[in-house]
Amino acid sequence: MLALAFLVLPLVGLVVRAPWPTLPQRLAEPEVLAALRLSLVAATLATAVCLVLGVPLAWLLARVEFPGRRLVRALITVPLVLPPVVGGLALLLLLGRRGLVGQWLDKWFDVTIPFTTTAVVIAEAFVALPFLVIAVEGALRGVDERYEEAAATLGAGRWTTFRRVTLPLVAPGIAAGAVLGWARALGEFGATITFAGNFPGRTQTMPLSVYLLLETDPPAAIVLSLVLLAVSVGILVALREKWIGRPA
Amino acid sequence: MTTVDRPSSGSDAPDPAASDPGPPDAGLRARLVVERAAFRLDIDLTVAPGEVVALLGPNGAGKTTALRALAGLTPLTAGRIDLAGACLDDAARTFVPPERRDVGVVFQDYLLFPHLTALENVAFGPRCRGASRAQARAMAYEWLARVGLADLAGRRPHELSGGQAQRVALARALALRPALLLLDEPLAALDARTRLETRAELHRHLADHPGATLVVTHDPLDALVLADRLVIVEDGRVVQEGDAAAVTARPRTDYVARLVGLNLYRGRGDGHTVTLPTGTAFTTADTVHGDAFVAFPPTAVALHPDPPQGSPRNTWSATVTGVTRHGDHIRVQLAGGPGEAAADITPAAAATLRLEPGQPIWAAVKATETRAYPAG
Repeated sequence: MLALAFLVLPLVGLVVRAPWPTLPQRLAEPEVLAALRLSLVAATLATAVCLVLGVPLAWLLARVEFPGRRLVRALITVPLVLPPVVGGLALLLLLGRRGLVGQWLDKWFDVTIPFTTTAVVIAEAFVALPFLVIAVEGALRGVDERYEEAAATLGAGRWTTFRRVTLPLVAPGIAAGAVLGWARALGEFGATITFAGNFPGRTQTMPLSVYLLLETDPPAAIVLSLVLLAVSVGILVALREKWIGRPA
Repeated sequence: MTTVDRPSSGSDAPDPAASDPGPPDAGLRARLVVERAAFRLDIDLTVAPGEVVALLGPNGAGKTTALRALAGLTPLTAGRIDLAGACLDDAARTFVPPERRDVGVVFQDYLLFPHLTALENVAFGPRCRGASRAQARAMAYEWLARVGLADLAGRRPHELSGGQAQRVALARALALRPALLLLDEPLAALDARTRLETRAELHRHLADHPGATLVVTHDPLDALVLADRLVIVEDGRVVQEGDAAAVTARPRTDYVARLVGLNLYRGRGDGHTVTLPTGTAFTTADTVHGDAFVAFPPTAVALHPDPPQGSPRNTWSATVTGVTRHGDHIRVQLAGGPGEAAADITPAAAATLRLEPGQPIWAAVKATETRAYPAG
């Protein structure tokens, strides 16, 4: 009971203290809208990046025996336990103007990543990727490999089998992983503020706004928090009804 | 072991290389060797085009391993597979992957793709082999019609009954007209009644299939109904091979004897007597010398409360170890004398004998009811 109260009461406080009468008007403010739009766009792009990179990696981990597979799996979980600020710093050291890779990007292509929207997407993808890989790998392991064997006996090569049999069978797992990753990306704070900074309209996502508004305009911070809370609850409900709650 | 008579080719084409036992130009010829941690499969298999062969054996005998090797899902450790004149696997240089083998498989639990309709499942093969979407669907529809499921083409696997799913799986495997059709326990997942109907129907489709067919099963009835020839495997080796009549008349292992419902003993023959290692001697109508089997059906065993007298009978004292109802008769399990034996008696006789486990009893078999044949 105590634990439940501990988990729920803060959220109740958030709802109770919300400035309900001025809510629509506060939501319509340009800075809020900009932060909201930036958050949604960046989280969606980050999820897309995760899908493109993560699904093949999950397939590799689930289906192909290769030396060092356990190590790779361990490395993937590092961003899960790493403090996001450290992740952001690490990204900065890699892709920053004087970073290991960043200095060459800067020198050869005149590309600077830190403190841009691209940096926001990269930071969010960095923290969200493990969620997606783990969810998809789990889904792949749950699929009876003999369906793939059956496809092979019907003349399907590896790619056809993956596209026409494996992918449809793990689609719910991929969707669940994408939603989890998206939610994680949406709430990302530490890595973003470290690697991408805090420029309104460019890198200032919702969580960053909440933190800053708390200093200057606490009711606005509450409004933004409510939006984030609503999104989280919405995701939980969707996940539970669509994938988690369905009997096998 | 029995050799197969291959269908003789036309007399207008005399074979100049008759003395050369090269690969056949049709059908399956295989020596399958697959080694696992504590298991070795080593069997020879030949299946002519149009022939249906049953690979029969107890669980763990290696039947499914053999099927997987033929399908290309498990590589051979040694041996060689030739199908329709082409080598599929020689355990060294050649390994044709499953998707490039002219082999169709009906899996034990069918493995119909759950996200596709019955029609799409059957069209999957033709589509992978290069047919256009429309062609593949037309072919699939034709095959579904052939197995009597045209009106269920739009159903997904979970909306099909077991028997219907089995027929879709068969249509899916046959749609590619494979040179070799493999069926893994095709009826095992069905309930008794559906099984009866499906078995007869499956027999019709297999008889129509122009390619070679191998049915893997542990059910002797499936094997006897579906196949032209039986290959019986135990512990990864072929223990007996032949048509149904030959196998049922002269079982060579306890497993086969149980399958065909005979009591079987091995001993040394000396004319009309076969002496078992237990000391029991059977007087037989057949003449055998040396290592020999004696077989007789449970219905030939008579039970008596006292030592029977009279005609040339084989009698022994035994102990009842089990009494079960078996159709319209009573199956009595016996121990002692030659070893374990089964006797089938009428319920009336059972009532008179007041049979119960542990009870001593006399068993008798007429010499004319036994069959004796060489074991070598």
